[in-house]
Amino acid sequence: MSVLLLLTVFTDGVQISDIKLHAPLLAVAESLTNRSIAWPDWEQWKRVLQLQDYNTRVVMTGTGLLGMAAGLVGSFTLLRRRALMGDALSHATLPGVGLAFLLAPYLGLNGKSLPVLLTGAALSGIVGVAAILYIRNLTRLKEDAALGIVLSVFFGAGIAILTIVQQVPSGHAAGLESFIYGKTASMIASDAQLIAVAGLLSVIIIALLFKELTLLCFDEGFAGSRGYPVLILDLLIMALVVVVTIIGLQAVGLVLMIALLVIPAAAARFWTHDLKRMMLISSGIGGIGGLAGSAMSAVFPNLPSGAMIVIVCSSLFFFSLLFGRSRGVLVRIARRWELNRSVDRQHLLRGMYELLEARESAAGSAGISVPYLQLLRMRTWSSFRLLRQIERCRHNGLLVRNDDAGLSLTEAGVVEASRLAHEHRLWELYLITQADVAPGRVDQAADAIEHVLEPELIAQLEQLLEQQRTSGGVVASPHPLESSAGQRAAGQQAVSGDTSPPPVEKGRMP
Amino acid sequence: MTGTDASPVGDGTIQAADPIVRYREADQSAGDGRGVVVNVTLPLSVSDLTVAWHRKPVIWDVDLQVQPGQLVGVVGPNGAGKSTLLKAIMDLVPKASGRVEIFGQSYRQSRHRVGYVPQRESVDWDFPISVLDVVTMGLYGKIGWCMPVLSKHREIARRALEQVGISELANRQISQLSGGQQQRTFLARALVQDADLYLMDEPFAAVDAATEKAIVEILREMRKAGKTALVIHHDLPTVPEYFDSVVLLNMRVVASGPTKEVFTRENLERTYGGRLTLLDEATEAMRRRERTL
Repeated sequence: MSVLLLLTVFTDGVQISDIKLHAPLLAVAESLTNRSIAWPDWEQWKRVLQLQDYNTRVVMTGTGLLGMAAGLVGSFTLLRRRALMGDALSHATLPGVGLAFLLAPYLGLNGKSLPVLLTGAALSGIVGVAAILYIRNLTRLKEDAALGIVLSVFFGAGIAILTIVQQVPSGHAAGLESFIYGKTASMIASDAQLIAVAGLLSVIIIALLFKELTLLCFDEGFAGSRGYPVLILDLLIMALVVVVTIIGLQAVGLVLMIALLVIPAAAARFWTHDLKRMMLISSGIGGIGGLAGSAMSAVFPNLPSGAMIVIVCSSLFFFSLLFGRSRGVLVRIARRWELNRSVDRQHLLRGMYELLEARESAAGSAGISVPYLQLLRMRTWSSFRLLRQIERCRHNGLLVRNDDAGLSLTEAGVVEASRLAHEHRLWELYLITQADVAPGRVDQAADAIEHVLEPELIAQLEQLLEQQRTSGGVVASPHPLESSAGQRAAGQQAVSGDTSPPPVEKGRMP
Repeated sequence: MTGTDASPVGDGTIQAADPIVRYREADQSAGDGRGVVVNVTLPLSVSDLTVAWHRKPVIWDVDLQVQPGQLVGVVGPNGAGKSTLLKAIMDLVPKASGRVEIFGQSYRQSRHRVGYVPQRESVDWDFPISVLDVVTMGLYGKIGWCMPVLSKHREIARRALEQVGISELANRQISQLSGGQQQRTFLARALVQDADLYLMDEPFAAVDAATEKAIVEILREMRKAGKTALVIHHDLPTVPEYFDSVVLLNMRVVASGPTKEVFTRENLERTYGGRLTLLDEATEAMRRRERTL
């Protein structure tokens, strides 16, 4: 919805002065379209990076602390699967800002002071949460519908109220619209202090109730059975979200506040499986996002700071998505490659073992040559893949290449190959005898699983099947070997003792 | 007996609820046989329990007495309200009517004497937490609000993991566990509570044979120590082997009592086969009225 509004602003940019109804957005629209964005020179960068301005220091302290608090609180909302609640909540604060400005003079308060505006925002945010809970619990509507309704209704009402504010004669309401997209330029030291105090408060609450909140997020039912007040703990998380949202309104703006609550926590998840570490990383990412974002905003003063902060955070998110140590994309790809390589290696060694076994010489077969083409035909692997694997095994001292374009196992290779063949056959036997898999299909089935067998499981299999290793150290294959088919294809004479390969192979074995 | 004084159903107001009437008679005689003395110390006594979801009854007028030192199986088709029964006992879902007593007290008062093993699928096993952390959750009540988990608590948790046979997995992240290991983790978490009454929701669902054996062994040790367990179970053939008594549940209690007497083909057919048409119709009528309101 916010995006739509933004689009409207952009597309109608030409006749922007004609649109009276969007008055509160006009200032934003102007700052987005009318003013030119000068590329900053080196001096400007230096001023910001060296924190030469007092105001830059204030702003960066404030946004950094904000990001850290949001990262912590966001971890729990993410794990509680309530991430979107923060979005509805931040949108629900807008009417409060406008109403606080309108009503403050009647209460003898200054309508432009930040604490007054934020109190209004907090009250209206709380009403928003209450509305979500009411809709969810007392009607048959589900939570997503409740979130959608509250988000749009409150934001719409907020826009309407801000429009009215603009037309009030005593107005001077310039600046209220900065709550929508965030504007750090107006931040002063007392604002940073407010953020610091509120941030510290949420850190303390989370530290004290870490155990209880973790239990709630992991297993609500068990928490309830132990007598923990699930509803109150949920409300506490919501209250923390309200606090972080309120102190973030000024710097980030209500439209993008959700980003600071979700993105750091989601990014941190790629780096660790430990909740405490995840929260520290999330807090760090939020803090860096706040710091770097407000620095960028200081360099480009006409750009909304909320957008800058989100851009930095999302860059960190994509970095984590790719490079995250525990579940990043690259780590996963690397793990899959690693698995594929080890599968290929097992296929190669077991294949050689089976070919050698067919000549009844498997046990002491070190040094006996196996033709390359036979190995290539055993499986549907490309010669590139096979050659790469051969190189790898050769490097590990498991096999050697012979001059005749054949391969032979080393002593270590024989040991490893017989272990692999043994495990494969144990698994096949298990599938045939215990799992009723037809012997004809058992080779493939075993192939799919055996590569992840752990030593304990092998011991169990041996015990279960009461299989002793034969004199060769390997149980007999429970089905006719595939390799015999391959041998037929490669020419029977090659197996029957004549180890010289067909001439075609010479060219294919570099 | 708790059910007899509040028995408008038994008086024949709803004639189709005949099985309920018959059940009550059977239960009464069984109760007489065991004597009145045990009534106060019963680990679990449920009377007239009805739970409704949007006015649609999920369990209807359930009466249940669980004797101490027994392994009790709860059996019934999908949607029979087995999990709801456990949750209603622990005040996790609101009761439309009825009373639950645990060792003669309300659940709130006797909570520390009850251990709970939720359904394995009820949590997100991708949660960033270790096995040991999950098991120590069973001790949070003893540790108290805002207090940190100490090494002595972790020691208790480690012993429970040893008991369920997965002590070597203590520091493993829970997403790396197999189904059986997940179930053992949950069981260990219940064990550290050192409760007297255990409520278990399908602990045998989709576990390997070794885990099933380990769980049965632990249940028997519990019984030897005088503890009681109410276990939701779905594998009918193993019921007579595992459980001393059985509750056949299909919205209402079809039959309950010693497994030998109650676990009969006839009772099973009534539990799984024919549904109570009039009860269904009444439910449907209530839902229609709800919709038009």
